Amino acid sequence: MSSVPTHARVVIIGAGIVGNSMAWHLANLGWRDIVLVEKGVLPNPGGSTGHASNFIFLTDHSKEMAAFTIDSAHQYRELGVYTETGGIEVARTPERMEELKRRMASSLSWGVEDARILTPAEVKAMVPFIDESVILGGFYTPGVGIVDSLQAGTLMRQKAQDLGALTIAAGVEVTGIDVEGGRVRRVRTDAGDIEAEVVVIACGVWSPRIARMAGASIPLTPAVHQMIDIGPVPMFEHTTGDVGFPIIRDMDTNMYERQHGTGFEIGSYAHRAILMDADDIPSIAASALSPTMLPFTKEDFDPQLEDSLALFPEIVGDEKAGVKLAINGLLSLTPDGNPIIGETPEVKNLWSAAAIWIKEAPGIAKCLAEWMTHGTPEIDPHGSDIARFYDHHKTAQHIAARTTEGYNKTYGIVHPMEQWASNRPIRLSPAYDRHVELGAEFFEAAGWERPFWYGTNESLLGEYGDRVMPRQAEWESRWWSPIINAEHLAMRDRAGLVDLSAFAIFDITGPGALAALEHLCVNKVDVAVGRTVYTPLLNTAGGILADLTIMRLADDHFRVVTGGGMGMRDRKIFQDALAADGSAQLFGLWGPLARDILGLAADGSADISHKGFPFLTSKTVDIDGVRTLASRISYVGELGWEIYVPIEQGLRVWDALWRAGRPHGMAPVGIGTYAVTSRLEKGYRAHGAELELDFDLVEAGMARPTLKDADFVGRAAYEKQRSHEPAAVLCTLTVDDPTSSTGVKRYMLGREPILTPDGQRIVDAKGRGSYVTSAGSGPSVGKHLLMTYLPPDQAKQGTKLAVEYFGERYPVTVAVAGSTPLFDPDNSRIRS
Amino acid sequence: MNILVCVKRVPATGGRIVLTPDGTDIDTRYLGFTVSPHEECAVEEAVRIVEGRGGSTTVLTLGPAAAEDQLRDAMAIGIERAILLETDGRDWDPVATARAIVEAIRAQESANGPFDLILFGNESADSGGFQVGIRVAAALGRPVVTGIKSLAPGEGSVVARREAAGGGWETFELPLPAVVSVKEGINLPRYPSVPGRLRARKKEIERSTPAWQSGGLDKVVLRLPATETTQAEVLGRGAEAAPAVVDLLTRIGVLGR
Repeated sequence: MSSVPTHARVVIIGAGIVGNSMAWHLANLGWRDIVLVEKGVLPNPGGSTGHASNFIFLTDHSKEMAAFTIDSAHQYRELGVYTETGGIEVARTPERMEELKRRMASSLSWGVEDARILTPAEVKAMVPFIDESVILGGFYTPGVGIVDSLQAGTLMRQKAQDLGALTIAAGVEVTGIDVEGGRVRRVRTDAGDIEAEVVVIACGVWSPRIARMAGASIPLTPAVHQMIDIGPVPMFEHTTGDVGFPIIRDMDTNMYERQHGTGFEIGSYAHRAILMDADDIPSIAASALSPTMLPFTKEDFDPQLEDSLALFPEIVGDEKAGVKLAINGLLSLTPDGNPIIGETPEVKNLWSAAAIWIKEAPGIAKCLAEWMTHGTPEIDPHGSDIARFYDHHKTAQHIAARTTEGYNKTYGIVHPMEQWASNRPIRLSPAYDRHVELGAEFFEAAGWERPFWYGTNESLLGEYGDRVMPRQAEWESRWWSPIINAEHLAMRDRAGLVDLSAFAIFDITGPGALAALEHLCVNKVDVAVGRTVYTPLLNTAGGILADLTIMRLADDHFRVVTGGGMGMRDRKIFQDALAADGSAQLFGLWGPLARDILGLAADGSADISHKGFPFLTSKTVDIDGVRTLASRISYVGELGWEIYVPIEQGLRVWDALWRAGRPHGMAPVGIGTYAVTSRLEKGYRAHGAELELDFDLVEAGMARPTLKDADFVGRAAYEKQRSHEPAAVLCTLTVDDPTSSTGVKRYMLGREPILTPDGQRIVDAKGRGSYVTSAGSGPSVGKHLLMTYLPPDQAKQGTKLAVEYFGERYPVTVAVAGSTPLFDPDNSRIRS
Repeated sequence: MNILVCVKRVPATGGRIVLTPDGTDIDTRYLGFTVSPHEECAVEEAVRIVEGRGGSTTVLTLGPAAAEDQLRDAMAIGIERAILLETDGRDWDPVATARAIVEAIRAQESANGPFDLILFGNESADSGGFQVGIRVAAALGRPVVTGIKSLAPGEGSVVARREAAGGGWETFELPLPAVVSVKEGINLPRYPSVPGRLRARKKEIERSTPAWQSGGLDKVVLRLPATETTQAEVLGRGAEAAPAVVDLLTRIGVLGR
């Protein structure tokens, strides 16, 4: 057993690929007194790193995951541990061939180079042992490769040691983590205690157990991934080097196959989800192979062998090639499939680096190290931020349900709007029963059941005819209804009532509230009581962290309202500055008739005239005996209010608004209108789409003419950004002709590459490729709308460009460069 | 030549064995199952003999329903038939086990003709009684040798060799039918091929359920022997370690002074 130092600047727990990468990147950014504690023996301590299949496919539909993966491949290459083999995702079905075209588009969007679609014969030419009659084609990426992850870890530890930054304590088990005053203080081990300023949990499948020692939660579950290794394969006897053929992902059967040396590895994501509890993983001593290489359960795997045999009859069907190794390997799964990284919301200076696979580990470690060092990671990690979880996400029941549902989608064709089916409903609006009666189609947001459209609004379809922009192709009709566009038009014509329960609302009160908010927000928060402020939040590098509204309810009372998805993450940003609390229920009422309807529903004591209740102000309005807070604001581009109600009185207010509005043609309006169509027509930006760390406010067209006097986070960077021309400008584009080569009208859904008319990628001066940040119908302008960042040369009204969608290019035109709305450019409707 | 191989399902233990809380069994929650290395060799030997000279192979086990796995493993590398004497999970001591196997063999032989050769592993990997093969041979009135590491079947007899204590080999010639228990090292068992595995999945298994009986030996409790702890000493790193290594090698007599 090693001895351990008594003090450390940072203790990293776990020396798998993640812990080793963290040690190197922290050392590289100047950290010293790093202690890496590992229970097992090096270089292979017995976690998932030791049995991982180690291949890296670069393309992911998620921008964040693609960025982490591309950066990781780059780092592995620099370390000299990357063998470029190329990789092919093969299709057995026409649906999969379409999906491969979509993967081509994502490759273009995220800058994965030289990817292309192959015919079966072309696949055969690269992989001579495949039966090409089984497949319809393949998606080939030359940059795919295999990494030696154990060697990579060894090299990174060595580099950190060479800097004099790292002490390694192997064979040392963590027995506790002490927290004092909400901050991590020390790590207890069986070799002594280490006083630590910062602790990083990089314990893979054991992470939940280690986090629990500190009273924190890392909601992942260990799960089995089965793989077998057969050989020696006579055909591979003369392969030179370790890997001579591209890796195959047999997407439709959820399997992969790869040659290595004279062996052939077959892995599967097709079997049932086999979950474990972190506490039940056997110890190193009691393990037959390693704690994360559990006994193979062949009844789960054998059915898939037939699939593998069909694709590779010459290899898998060879009587002389034996099954040399077969394991149930443990890996980490999370309820939404993303990694879990960042400072834990429960404990200051306790960081999670968990649920990270080989393919993304060094990239994520670099991001985390930047985040820990100066708070400004280059790649925006918000989709992986540990702070994104609500409490219900952290329950064992939720984790089990969602990981079980998600496991078999590992290679699935997952629609961007696809909804989870398990463990619902969780959070219900007080008006939920009304929504059910109205035939709502519910989508989930932050656990809330939100009506995306209402079935009973089908009656509106006749009223609007083709203006609802009906869709012909199955793909973009999935998780969509023309009713969304009908609701949009009804709201623009008359009024719409929207349930906005999923918004995260928290109040910030006390004598320090104003100063703290002023410090966090770009725009001035020190406004008159009753005013509402819309403001971005930046990090110190001027990257866009969040955008939200703040209502000043009293001198020292502010209400923050932000999207549900990032609600907990945003809450942590404020919590780090001061204590926050609050709860309320929220409806929205918008449309030309909104004032009339609110007037009918309210008791008349509040002046709701344009003059008496100006835009961006809030005040108390009593509705049917309920004291509500109305806020005149709009994300849909219409006159109207957000109405805040105590949760238990929500149904009463919904019903009162309904009774007042229904005779005037007010429609219940779903989130399909609220979050997509109406905001796109207005050019309103959304966090996670247009607003991410890699863009700034000038580029997003959100820079205001003047700057407030008070200092705020990111001010210096923001001033610098304001002083020069932006490298890209956020634009709204219209699709000129959505007709495909087969005569079907096609409608993009977002994340597709924007190209020059002759199909070239558009890359700005900062190296960022142009892609569709948001897409959707614009029923009031009669066009399908796309938002994208473009370099200044292209960011001019009238520029003709193209968008790639399912392997075809469609002509598009820049309709607006900057933030001027396409619909109602003067904003007269909001200010009426 | 008709060959029967008898195997026993046992936990594939890791470095340290964990017992159930009541101490009467090995905790197998996170363990796989296998047969002893001797038995793997017996299965391989049977397959090789029949591959070389023709005949038929059968594998038999007495164990729980899940022991079907071990029968299919044997079939995956080429055993043709499998017989499961299914138990309810209780322990069978060597006397009772041998009795049940003898009954099954008699039933099989009266239906399908005699087994020329019955192979066992030298001992099971868990209880290690070293008895069942000998007891079966005695009950059937057939010759038996144990600890065999070389087997050469001829016409009407088989030549079996084992390492003698103190070096050299002992050679036996047994008239058939005979019983032989073999030791690891007699051959290097093959891995199952995928087609072999897939064929084995679909094969029938003959099942019967002999009634539990006591042979007079009852398991009371298991005790783990005290584990020896070893200490490693790091002599140094890189070239700096060389003098210490030379010292050590000299001290233990690897290098001359």
